[in-house]
Amino acid sequence: MHLARVEGTVVATEIVDGLEGIRLLIIQPLGRQLEPRGGAVVAADAVCMAGPGELVYFVASREAAVAMPETFVPVDHAIVGIADAVHEVSS
Amino acid sequence: MKIGRVSGTVVSTIHHRVVEGRRLLLVDLVGFDGEPTGEYVLAMDVVDSGAGETVLVLDEGNGARQVLADPEAPIRTVIVGIVDDVAVAGSE
Repeated sequence: MHLARVEGTVVATEIVDGLEGIRLLIIQPLGRQLEPRGGAVVAADAVCMAGPGELVYFVASREAAVAMPETFVPVDHAIVGIADAVHEVSS
Repeated sequence: MKIGRVSGTVVSTIHHRVVEGRRLLLVDLVGFDGEPTGEYVLAMDVVDSGAGETVLVLDEGNGARQVLADPEAPIRTVIVGIVDDVAVAGSE
């Protein structure tokens, strides 16, 4: 899992079976210092609660497909939680 | 598997059911020399690892689901061990 920032929403009315009603969000994956890393992707929102501006964590590939309420739908990235805070701990 | 160092915790109230009651940790990946590679992962902890500890990170979905005993867990990254020592042949 990695952290990402929700940057926007995607609406698709005509969509394949299994993806109807699923919230699609644009997420920007983040690096260690919460800096943007790599390109933004469209992710399905498996928690149905994430919104623009929020810090979330996501999974990709097969894990994304099993994260959804109905499993094995055709998604490649899924948000599995909203990160309220990331606490750095000193070693 | 990869080696990392526990460097933070993630607080999350809204999450997938598999995260409920489990610890999600921020792990900086390190090389076999112990130096950070700059990469990080959020990993689920099943061995009660603590801050600053060097840990063994499993980064594969089927193994993770087996460790979590949940065939539908959408998790690929799990801390499966606490590393006491790493020895590389040829180095001190």
